[in-house]
Formats: sequence, C-alpha cells, structure tokens
Amino acid sequence: MIQIVAYFLILLVLTKPMGIYLTKVFDGSFRWLSLVEKPLYALLGVKKDDDQTWRQYAVGVLAFSAVSMVATYALLRLQGMLPLNPQGFGSSQMPAHLAFNTAASFTTNTNWQSYVPETTLSYFSNMVALAIHNWASAAVGLAVAVALVRGLSRRSASGLGSFWVDMVRGTLYVFLPMCLVGAFVYVASGVPQTFEAPKSIMTLEGVKQTIALGPVASQEIIKQLGTNGGGFFNANSAHPFENPTPFADIFTKLLIFVIPAGLTYMFGRMVGNVRQGWAVFAAMSLLFLTGAMVCNSAEQAGNPAFAKYGVERANMEGKETRFGIAGSALFATITTDASCGAVNSMHDSFTPLGGLVPLFNILTGEVIFGGVGAGLYGMLIFAILAVFIAGLMVGRTPEYLGKKIGRFEVQMAMVAVLAMAASILFMSAIGSVKQFPKEAAINTLQGSVYGGADTGYGPMTGNTNNPGAHGFSEILYAFTSATGNNGSAFAGITANTPIYNYMLGFAMMIGRFFVILPVLAIAGNMARKKIAPASAGTFPTDSATFSFLLVGVVLIVGALTFFPALALGPVVEHLQMTGGR
Amino acid sequence: MAKSTSLFQPELVKRALKDAFVKLNPKLVAKNPVMFVVLAGSVVTTFFFIRDLVNHGDALFSGQLAIWLWFTVVFANFAEAMAEGRGKAQADSLRKARTTMVARRLVGNKEESVPAPALAKGDLVVCEAGDAIPADGEVIEGIASVDESAITGESAPVIRESGGDRSAVTGGTKVLSDRIVIRVTQDPGNSFLDRMIALVEGAKRQKTPNEIALSILLSGLTLVFLFATVTLLPFAQYAIDQAGKGSVPSIPVLAALLVCLIPTTIGGLLSAIGIAGMDRVMQRNVLAMSGRAVEAAGDVSTLLLDKTGTITLGNRQASAFHPAPGVEEHELAEAAQLSSLADETPEGRSIVVLAKELFNVREHDMDHHQTEFVPFTAQTRMSGINYGGRQIRKGATESVRQFVEDNGGRVPDAVIEAAQRVAKEGSTPLVVADGPRILGVVQLKDIVKGGMKDRFQQMREMGIKTVMITGDNPLTAAAIAAEAGVDDFIAEATPEMKLSYIRQEQAGGRLVAMTGDGTNDAPALAQADVGVAMNTGTQAAKEAGNMVDLDSNPTKLIEVVEIGKQLLMTRGALTTFSIANDVAKYFAIIPAMFIVTYPELSRLNFLSNPKSAVLAAVIFNALIIIALIPLALRGVAYRPMSAAKVLRRNLVLYGLVGVIIPFPFIWLIDKALVLLHLA
Repeated sequence: MIQIVAYFLILLVLTKPMGIYLTKVFDGSFRWLSLVEKPLYALLGVKKDDDQTWRQYAVGVLAFSAVSMVATYALLRLQGMLPLNPQGFGSSQMPAHLAFNTAASFTTNTNWQSYVPETTLSYFSNMVALAIHNWASAAVGLAVAVALVRGLSRRSASGLGSFWVDMVRGTLYVFLPMCLVGAFVYVASGVPQTFEAPKSIMTLEGVKQTIALGPVASQEIIKQLGTNGGGFFNANSAHPFENPTPFADIFTKLLIFVIPAGLTYMFGRMVGNVRQGWAVFAAMSLLFLTGAMVCNSAEQAGNPAFAKYGVERANMEGKETRFGIAGSALFATITTDASCGAVNSMHDSFTPLGGLVPLFNILTGEVIFGGVGAGLYGMLIFAILAVFIAGLMVGRTPEYLGKKIGRFEVQMAMVAVLAMAASILFMSAIGSVKQFPKEAAINTLQGSVYGGADTGYGPMTGNTNNPGAHGFSEILYAFTSATGNNGSAFAGITANTPIYNYMLGFAMMIGRFFVILPVLAIAGNMARKKIAPASAGTFPTDSATFSFLLVGVVLIVGALTFFPALALGPVVEHLQMTGGR
Repeated sequence: MAKSTSLFQPELVKRALKDAFVKLNPKLVAKNPVMFVVLAGSVVTTFFFIRDLVNHGDALFSGQLAIWLWFTVVFANFAEAMAEGRGKAQADSLRKARTTMVARRLVGNKEESVPAPALAKGDLVVCEAGDAIPADGEVIEGIASVDESAITGESAPVIRESGGDRSAVTGGTKVLSDRIVIRVTQDPGNSFLDRMIALVEGAKRQKTPNEIALSILLSGLTLVFLFATVTLLPFAQYAIDQAGKGSVPSIPVLAALLVCLIPTTIGGLLSAIGIAGMDRVMQRNVLAMSGRAVEAAGDVSTLLLDKTGTITLGNRQASAFHPAPGVEEHELAEAAQLSSLADETPEGRSIVVLAKELFNVREHDMDHHQTEFVPFTAQTRMSGINYGGRQIRKGATESVRQFVEDNGGRVPDAVIEAAQRVAKEGSTPLVVADGPRILGVVQLKDIVKGGMKDRFQQMREMGIKTVMITGDNPLTAAAIAAEAGVDDFIAEATPEMKLSYIRQEQAGGRLVAMTGDGTNDAPALAQADVGVAMNTGTQAAKEAGNMVDLDSNPTKLIEVVEIGKQLLMTRGALTTFSIANDVAKYFAIIPAMFIVTYPELSRLNFLSNPKSAVLAAVIFNALIIIALIPLALRGVAYRPMSAAKVLRRNLVLYGLVGVIIPFPFIWLIDKALVLLHLA
C-alpha cells in the first residue's frame, strides 16, 4: 500500500515538468537538435511549419504504419539471410502467420508476443525489425495525441500540424535523450548490453544451462518508455536480466507512466488551462489507484481454499520474490492501464479478482494513463462522450473546451467504441466456439521447429491452459489485450497457431487504426470550430465533478459493453473461489 | 390560443391512445432506430409465442414477454402522441379561423369578390369593419382597429395603419372599425396562419442538430448492446459445455435482454421532449419557427434587450422639480403643470400629477380665448402654452436655451448643471421657461421594472450576459444600466450598431438572442441566433426572426431562453437516467440467467428465478417510459443557477438515482409475478 502511494507521489511530481517539456517539444520551441532535425526534414521533403489537414495527417499515419509493417514482415521472414544471427534462426521459426502477427503487433504498439524471443528471433530482428517499432509506434501515438490536442485548442483552423515533423521531434527530443539516460540506469543496475551469443555454463547443481544474453538494456528502456512491452526474453520483466532489482522495478514503473502522465499536463497547457489537464489526470489517477488497491488486496488475501492447509494465504504463485505481492500487483495494474504489456508476474496466476483488474483496465480502452499518446486521445474521446451524455443537463448543447460537440464528433467517437466492442466480443465469441471446420490446419502449433512435437489443439478453446470459467477469461483476455493494443498476456493460452495469430493480428490493427482515424477526424473537425468563452453557464470540465463523471462514463461504457462476458469469466471464478471450489 | 391546459385532459389522452397504435406502422417507427429494434424484438418474440402455443412450449412466458415488448413500443408512441396532442388541438381551432373567406379585390378602382385562396402576392384588397382579413399583407392606405384574437388569443383590438412599423396584418384576423386597403404579401398556402398551423401541429417537424447527434449516440449504444447480446450466445454455450449444465438462453430471452439494455427510456421519449419543448414555448404565446431555434435559445450567452418595455416601464415619469436660482419650486411646478395641460403624452400627464401631489396645484380655470396650446413639433422640439400673455415652454435644454435667448434672456449655469446632474442619474431633464426667464428643470425618471435586477442577477449566474439597447445618450444609458443591473449597454443605438454588436459577440463564439419589431431591425434579427419578432412588428421583422411573440412582450425573451435550457436539461437528464438504469438491469438479468450453469452466481442474484428476472426487467423497462411521460412533457424542474451546481444536482438526481432506483422496483415486480404465478 505504501509502495502504491509512494509511486503515485513520485509520478505526481514528475507530471508537470514532463508536461512542460512535451509542450516545448511540440510547439517547436526546443531547437538544440536542429543540426539533426534540419537534414531529416530535407530528407523527408517537409518544412517545420507545415500544417496538414486531418486527412493528410491520417494519410501520413497510415502510410507510415503500412510501409513499416510490410518492411518488418519482410525482415522477419528473411532473418535467416540477415546479419547478427548467432543462433541461426530462419524463416521456419518465423512462419507467415507469426510474422504477420508480430509485424502487426509491433506496428500497433501492442507488442503481443506470440513467439518465444529466445528461440525465434535473431538479434538483428530484435534490434532492427522490432526495436524500430518500439520507437516509431510510440512516436506515432504521441503525434496523434498532439494532433488531437491541437485540434481542441486551435480556433477556426484547418490544420493539425505536420505528422512528419511531430514524428521527428517526438523521436529526437523525447525518446532519444530519455532512452540514452535510461539505458545507462538499466546497465548500472545490472541489465546486460552485449552482442555476444548466449553463454553455456555449469550451474552449482552441475547442470549445463544456457544463459541468454544480448543487447537488452537498449531494448528495455524503449520498451517501457514507449509503453511497448515486448520483452527481450519470454519472461519479460520477470526475467532478472530485464528487471534485476526492486530499484529497476520502480524505475520501470515510472518509465511506463511518465509520458502518458506528462501528456495530461501538456494538454492542459496547450488548451490554455492547466486545470483541464489536471482534471483528466485526476480521473486517470482515480481509476489507477482504485485498480491497484483492489488488485493488491485481492492478491494479499489470496485463495481461501489454501487456508485449511495452513499455507500462507497471500497469492505468491507466478510472482517473483524480489518484487513481492505489492510490487507485482502494482506492476500488473500499471502495465495494463498503460497498454504497455510488460509483465513482471504471471497474470494468469492472479486471483480472479486480482486478474479482473488488469482485464478491466484493458477493457476500458487503455485510457488510464494509457499507451504513449493513445491513453490521452482515448481518454479525450471519453471526455467528449461524457460531456455529450451529461452536458445537456446544464441546459446547453454540449461543448468541450468551448467547442460544440455535434453529430460528427459523436459519430466518430461511437465508431471507436463500436470497433473496440465488436473486435473483442466477436473474436472472443469465435474463440469460445467448440467446433471448427479444418481445425488441424488452422490451429496447430509447429513445435517441430523448436525441436519439440507439433501440437494440434482442435477447437480454439483447446488452446487454453485451464478449463471452466478461467479458460474463458484467458480467451477474453487475449483478444482484449490485442484489441486494446496492450500486448500483455494472461499467459494461459497458446497463441502461436495460424488462427490465433491472424485473428489477434487483425484485432490489434482494428484496435489501433479504428481509434486513430476517428480521433484525427474529430481533431480536424474540432479545429475548425470557434471557441465559446467559458462562463458560469458552461459545463465545467476542469472540476472534480467532471473527473468523477469521466470515471463514471469510462466505467459504465466498459461495464455495459462487457458485463456479460466478464460475468461468465472472472466474476464467476471469483465466486467459485470464495465459495470454496 | 394562450390557454394553459393541464397535461392529461381526457380527450387528449383518448386521442393519444388511438395515435399510439396508429404509430405502430413500421415506417413511422423506423425513424427512431432504438424503438425500431424494440419493434423487431416484439415481432420475433410474438413469433416464438405462437410457436410455443402450437408446440405446447412455455407460452405463458413468451406470451408475456411479447406483450410487454409491444407495450414498450406503444408506450413510447403514446408519449409522442401526448406531446403532439395539444398542438393538434390548437391547429384544429386555428383551421376554423381559416374557413372560407371571401376577399374584396381591387382592380383599378373597382371591387370584385374572389375567394381568399385565389389571391396572389401583390393583389390589393379592401377590408371594412366586420370583414375578415383574407391574407397576410401590409396596410397601404387607412387605419383600422383589428381583432387579432384568433391568432394571439388577446381580445383587445390593435391598431393597424399604413406606413411605419404597425402596417402588417395577418390573414384570419378581423377588422373592427374603419376601412383599410391591404397589399397582399404572401401567396396562399404560405400565409402566417398556414405556417402557424403547420408549426403547432408539428407537421414539418425536423430533428434538431442536437437531437440528431443524440440519436446517433443512442443508435451506437444500441449496436454495442446488440453485440453484447449476440455474443452472449457462444459465451453461454462455452460456459455450459464447461460446467456441464444449464441451457443456452432462448431467442425471446435474448431479445428481451437486448430491449432492456438499449436506451429505450430516452429513445422512446426523445421526440416527445422536443415537441413538448416547442409546445411550452407556444403556451407562452411565442411561435418558434423551428425546434432548432428553441434549442439555440438554451445556448444563448448574450441577450440584447430593448430598454423600453423590457427593462423600464414604457414611460418616463416626472419625479422632481429643480428650480432655477431665485425661483420658488412651487412656481416651477405651476408653470410646468400649465405647459403640460394639453400634453397628452404619458410624460406630460405625469408632470400634472406630480405638481398636484407635491403642491396641490389645481387645474386653472382658463379662459379659452386667452389660451393657446403650443404642440410639440420636430422643429421646435418644445411644447407649451401661451396663456394670459405668458409664453410657457418646456423641452430639451438646447431648444429652450434657444427660445430664452431669442426672447432676450439667459440660461443660468446652475440650471445647466442641474440638467446635467439629472441626465447622469439616468433621467431626462426638461427645462421650463416663461418667456425670457428660466424657471428650472423637471426630472423625468425612467422607472426600472420591479424584479428585473434579480432576474439579471440570475441570468449572470447562468452565464448569460445582458445588454441593454437604448436610444438614450450614453450618460443616461449608463445610469439606467447600473440601476437595472445589466452587464452592458448600447447607447444611442442604431440598427447598424445592433448588427455589428451581434456580429462581434458571435465572432467571440457567443450565441445572441434579441427582440425587434421595426423593419430596420430585420438584419439584426436575421443575424441573431435567436431573433424574436414582435407580432405588432413589420412583416420584414417577422420574417427575419425565428420566433414571433404574439403578445409583443419583449420580456418574453428571458422566458424563451429558460424554456430552451429546460428542454436541453430534460433531454440530458433522461439520457443519463436511461444509461444509468442499464447497470441495474444487467445485475438483475445476467446472474439469474446463468444461475443454473454457475450456481455461484446466486450470490449476485436478488430475484426469484431466471424467467421472473427477465420479465421483471422488461416490465420495469416498459413502465418507466409511462412513469416518465409527465417529466418529459413538463420538463425537469428548472431553477436558475450556475452550470456547476446544476450539474452536480442533476448528476446525483438522474445519474446516481438512475443506477439505484431500478433495483427495488424490479425486485417488487419480480415478487408480484411469482405471487401471481405468472413466472
């Protein structure tokens, strides 16, 4: 509990300076890297004052994502012919469906890992094909958020700024310096950074063991800062080389939230009223703290069924002793709030209620601080919906930040909500169907390429590790994590089969682009509007009331959409467990 | 037509009940996506009911579901029909006024009788005492008193004369005296009366922008719930396979679940709220040309109010005498009284009254041979009396100074100062002179209407800026503005100044409302977001505005704004309530639905059995529509206060209560159903 509060206080302190820094990056007042900046603009053929309409901006986002996704796909498939491949991995470890899934996953900032990194990816694939996206996908998210904020703050304007300039500035001024510093911190706390091949050693027990190595620190820092979450090792942040010490653990948690939190302050500054930013921050904090507390207390309480065996009740299963329960519960809450998806424990082994928190966090649409940029723009969509639903109650047609919310904004916001709901619900529905035609072809894990045997799972429900309601939770979590662009796994499901890889890949793309496009459309339409000055008669969106309303709308929209699904998964599990089954 | 009627008159209810069934026509229901889904659900459930009857299934259950789903649609239709009812009744009475009229058309100098519908724009018609005015037009010759009660409900006749701002006449009204010649300004079918009938009837009612946006939100939510309900089938199948017991929810149950979840409360009442809002405006005798105008009224943040008639009583009244040095106040009063004896203006009369009150100055016996009244003319800008060799005059300072100096006198500085002091207090100074001698100043005071200051304070709390418009000089205007408590004023206002003020406010993102009557107000009325034209005003003004006040009472603007706000609040309150309700309905249905599959869910279940749970939720869902009809028609309780306070209050009232209230009611219905062996 103290750990949660302490963590939050540090975050609170960091929010304002981070926000001011981000504001200066995106209003163009930082110049100290113009030596690098100018040639880059020349290369891209853009000018620093370019002003794109939302359509042009969206074309930029889509073109960039499409090209980089295709490139990643190609690099992954061709990794056998490329350098930095001491283990000699080829395309057999990376079949088409897995390459598609992985390319989609990293392009969309999801970093869902269907593959096992140590036995699938060459260093080159890791550092170039994937790590590039750790930077780029985060920068895209940041750019879209900035574009939305510009749309909300400008009056009677047609443009949202330039996507290319925002990408360059976000990468150069935000990620590059922070990563440089952060990587050294990681190295200092014991994270390896090397191109050497894995080492074989004799353990104390006299067993030969392979110790996987690699350029971990450089990947680790952007994985957290960019809320990517794709680990260098399969065990992700539970692995001692990714997250060696409790200090590294806290540092990691701060890295995940610092940019999303700072963005709320930047938002307030850019719209000319920092209270607006703090109101959004407060709503996010309330959801975050509640989630962390619930998750922590559920894990501390553990499973009552163990009590009669005289076992310590607190649920340590799937947790690292160096982080403990609070550290793991907090990490799980943060990583799912923030669409990061890095894990330092097995969410699958959480108690039902403890596991419900991460799941519900993602179901809210990743708006509790959320992914870099994605959290802010997602939350602002909810703010628009909240204002629209309740705003009428003050006796004026709804407006947010002085801009009227009309049919177009509502339409676009609903597109985003519907796309999320449809993707999660319908894909989970397919995933829970018992019989499928041609199951063998579409749902077999090619274990042979890793030296094991192929495993045919039959129906998609066969991929779950557990039966009953928990199995359903695993399926629901997988599609929720993909659609929410989170990428964390309940880790209770085998997803490296053609059907899962394709479906999850599409889920990630729907969750990314069917939100970004409506967001940009709203930004473009809002930018054109006039700003009505606030008065005593306008709906106050910079107050505590609004923060609570926003929390309420996030919860209710999430709950109303997914209540039946949740009721049949984690809720039943919880009742079963506490009921003594 | 300004009869305030109670909401549920038997004949209105009877008519609405009939209409509620007529409106089951799928084409009509399709306009409302939410209710269309309910209709589809009703049809599907009815099909399963028939199947159950044939196959000896549980027809009691599916039959009840079907009935309540049908009721849901009918109740929503009933709400809309009730809202339309009053308008329709009014339209009927207006149609009577339009009964076949015969017009006396002038062709050259000859008159000919033609039926009114045959009149075209530009025709000249004659109307004499007793004639009905056959079409909308403009008086081009003569003056007449006209009975406009058919339209305004006001029985006192009004004067209509050629030229000026009182030249417009409306078809369907009646000339009571004299003879006028009217030029027809509207083609038949497009007359004010026709438009009025269409408006009150709601025949051409279009969804307002906010209504459209809200419908989109509601349709979107409906889709979300459709997804949630449809995917429940495979989810349930999985659960049953895993648990090895229970059964998949049937199609009628899923249809019922869907209907419970989609926002039927607001979906069913949305159009009723809009119509009722228009109707409330109409009850105040204001004719809104579109629902959009009423909606805009709620958004108004700047009110332009004419000083005269709105902020002050129409007339200035004498309040004090300020004698010149060496003059007795009594003498000044007497002279002022003399000069005003023939002055029939309210100001003149008030001088006589004040002189009598203060000094008991009696009316003089006047020898008519020696008395000559000097009326006010635009040239002299004075009025007065020549009486017994005295030349008494009163008028504006400049005019009287001219008069005195022409007679060899001089105006003392003290009088000029007194006049300025009076002006600074917001009053009008009238200087009184007797030949070359200045007697002093009469103070004519503008009387600010009682209660206006509080009203403007309320407006300020609601975030509305009030601006006074007056022809007075800036000094006077400032004083009255301060006394009345308005936020701003435009002195020596011209129509151009009004227009540019409106534009300037709008450029700052504010919505502006104003009233106007003259032709020269037309551009400003058209520019304003809410332009209320006075019915006494010119045709041009009436066409430029988007509302017409049949009572021609400028204070009405404030009421219109309040109605607009109330309309939007009602819409928001019911939307919030409707969505909040869903939480409770989920909790009622879902645990009960899967209790066989997962017995652990019984800890969340508070209802008797799966069937009673579904039925109770559906019944609650239908009845809540009926229960909320009065709220939808009357509008939520409205008190002027700041948005922050309103929001907190309404969030608790409709949000929080909306989450809680269904629980006890669904529980009660569930118990009743079990008691009656219906489920």
